[in-house]
Amino acid sequence: MTENNKLFGILVPIVSVILGLIVGAIIMLFSGHNPIIAYTSLWNGAFGDAFTIGETVRRITPLILTGLAVAFAFKSGLFNIGAEGQVIVGWLAAVWVGLTIDAPMIIHLPLAVIMGAIAGAIWGFIPGLLKAKIGVHEVIVTIMLNYIALFSTNAVIRGVLTDQSTTTERISPTASLASEWLQSLTFFSRMHYGILIALFAAVVMWFLIERTTIGYELKAVGFNQHASKYAGMNVSKNIILSMVIAGGFAGLAGAMEGLGTYGTISVMSGFTNLGFDGIAVALLGANNPLGVIFAAVLFGVLKEGAGEMPTGAGVPTELVDIIIALIIFFVASSYLIRWLLLRFKKEGDK
Amino acid sequence: MEFSSILGGGRWRGIQSVIYHIIRWNRLQKEAITLKKFTLLFALLLTLGMLLAACGGGADEEDTTNEDNTGGDDATEEAGDFSAAMVTDIGGVDDKSFNQSAWEGLTAWGEENGLSKGNGIDYAQSNDKADYVPNLTRLVRDEYDLIFGIGFELKEDLQTIADQYEDTNFALVDDTVDAPNAVSILFKEHQGSFLVGVAAAHKTKTNKLGFVGGVDSPLINKFESGFIAGAKSVNPDIEIEIEYAESFGDAAKGKSIASYMYDSGVDVIYHASGGTGNGVFNQAKDIKQNDPDREIWVIGVDRDQHEEGAIGDHNVTLTSMVKRVDIAVQDVTNFAMNGEFPGGETLEFGLEEDGISVATTNSEAMTEEIINEVQQWEEKIRNGEIDVPQTREETEAFVDAL
Repeated sequence: MTENNKLFGILVPIVSVILGLIVGAIIMLFSGHNPIIAYTSLWNGAFGDAFTIGETVRRITPLILTGLAVAFAFKSGLFNIGAEGQVIVGWLAAVWVGLTIDAPMIIHLPLAVIMGAIAGAIWGFIPGLLKAKIGVHEVIVTIMLNYIALFSTNAVIRGVLTDQSTTTERISPTASLASEWLQSLTFFSRMHYGILIALFAAVVMWFLIERTTIGYELKAVGFNQHASKYAGMNVSKNIILSMVIAGGFAGLAGAMEGLGTYGTISVMSGFTNLGFDGIAVALLGANNPLGVIFAAVLFGVLKEGAGEMPTGAGVPTELVDIIIALIIFFVASSYLIRWLLLRFKKEGDK
Repeated sequence: MEFSSILGGGRWRGIQSVIYHIIRWNRLQKEAITLKKFTLLFALLLTLGMLLAACGGGADEEDTTNEDNTGGDDATEEAGDFSAAMVTDIGGVDDKSFNQSAWEGLTAWGEENGLSKGNGIDYAQSNDKADYVPNLTRLVRDEYDLIFGIGFELKEDLQTIADQYEDTNFALVDDTVDAPNAVSILFKEHQGSFLVGVAAAHKTKTNKLGFVGGVDSPLINKFESGFIAGAKSVNPDIEIEIEYAESFGDAAKGKSIASYMYDSGVDVIYHASGGTGNGVFNQAKDIKQNDPDREIWVIGVDRDQHEEGAIGDHNVTLTSMVKRVDIAVQDVTNFAMNGEFPGGETLEFGLEEDGISVATTNSEAMTEEIINEVQQWEEKIRNGEIDVPQTREETEAFVDAL
């Protein structure tokens, strides 16, 4: 029975993606574009050659981490909308360490990565503390902290890290995750070693949640706070811990962008959307580390491949956005698809 | 694709209840699902697959013409023709400003040489910063001979790509790039901004002007500095409110800044903010619609933004600081096509080079008088009598010396 159940769980996302592709194809047909050419260029844009594969991996890396950040908090019943802000402070902290400290690589790089995670963790600690101690809803606090992170970071870049400029210097090579070897392998893409950190983080989350007492308590608090309290668990501590670890994952995502992809931090005119996409990635991945990895891959592929559609198939950029959004919509509304599938199945029973 | 849009309102409860139901659903799933039911599911999948195949099949025949079009690229290469393309910044190709102007230049060049979009000329639009490198690389691999990066935001990425692909020529608009195969295109925006500052100072009745900038950066500070210097040269008592939207694509923010400025007595706003400026125009038009007697103006940037200001019989666009990105793009493309690409050089387009001008399309608002004044100051800039400031420090010194 459970085997069937698992199969069903895998089937739903696949059907969703196919449905999204079909609706996208219909829209393209109506507007006079060839869906086959368009989807071929989507594929080529993501997997066409070594360069695009490298860029796709680069794009997937932070999405895995922000997906984990949302999924982890969700395990304890918390909605971490603040992944966005945690990414930004993590990025800032990592680049700051990369710029100002002078040390050999074996110290410098881990320090920069860890500082990114700590900055994100602090940004997660604040809403966790407020939630645990005085019951302020974490959604509101994290949304507001996103703006605080965005604008304070811009101010720090302008006033502290540079002299009224919009982009910092490049971090010193001892703190860089970028690798010439990976770059030469992938034709100068910006792929970097961060993907290993992201995959490792997914393993860490799996281990924490499934194999440790801490994880058991976090989950218990997520299922039922009152029962957990009655069972003698410290609910406040678990809420804070959950947000701190979640923030740490998101901070790592920021460090990946700062130390791997860009090597700098620039004044941002809006959110990076990494954190917001992380919500979708987590929901799509059913808050399961392995699921998050697959969901992040799907998101990364769609986003990276979409860039090829206007030049490769003449599909206007706006239409590309609609098609990608449709695919994500169908995937995210997998609940509806489950329901439909079950309806179908029930009728078959009669 | 932005999830920020769902963050508003009290929808979280809805979402949470959906999640609750999903969890309950999972428990319900523990009920048996028989193999028979699964055959049905697979049948459904198969149908979907066939549907997809059908869609594709029909399209294939239909689109043989399309393929001819895409094949055109190769034909161009074979003919040894020259091709050029550009990467927009996040304002997008229809920003009614800077990117659009560049694309107009490229299209005009294409028309002269019998080329059209996707066939000799093309653009790649960037939706965020992460898109710059893939977009530039994509165009390199599509074998365009000359690739423009539009906007200073592309500086680092274009520099990297130019170093990697030495056989392709690049051009960066609005900032400098240091490579033998790349040319930097700069404009003397401070000169044009000075002149529209003069026009604004003559037009204002409240003696309060506004400046809306995109991102606070050395480039936009040039606009700000020129504008202040121009206005204060006419009347040192004029007050100028400075606001930055921190974005070149946020029309909503532009609108709210404009609303606040007009409410506080400002009657002329100069925007140097790309797509954000569309919000400034909208706000001015809204006010004008509700109160046709109120005299408020917007000064456009980069292109002649006369169209943007039209409301009924009236037009709120006083003038525009026209930066001829289109001319620069056409010039550089022609240089490159004729094998005279000025690689490694920095080209500066100012009043002398006809790269900067002040629009006089709105003859009702830009009266003869104002135009005369502007021309007098223009003469002073041309013959070097005035050195227009480019940074905040220089502006301070300039204003103090008045």
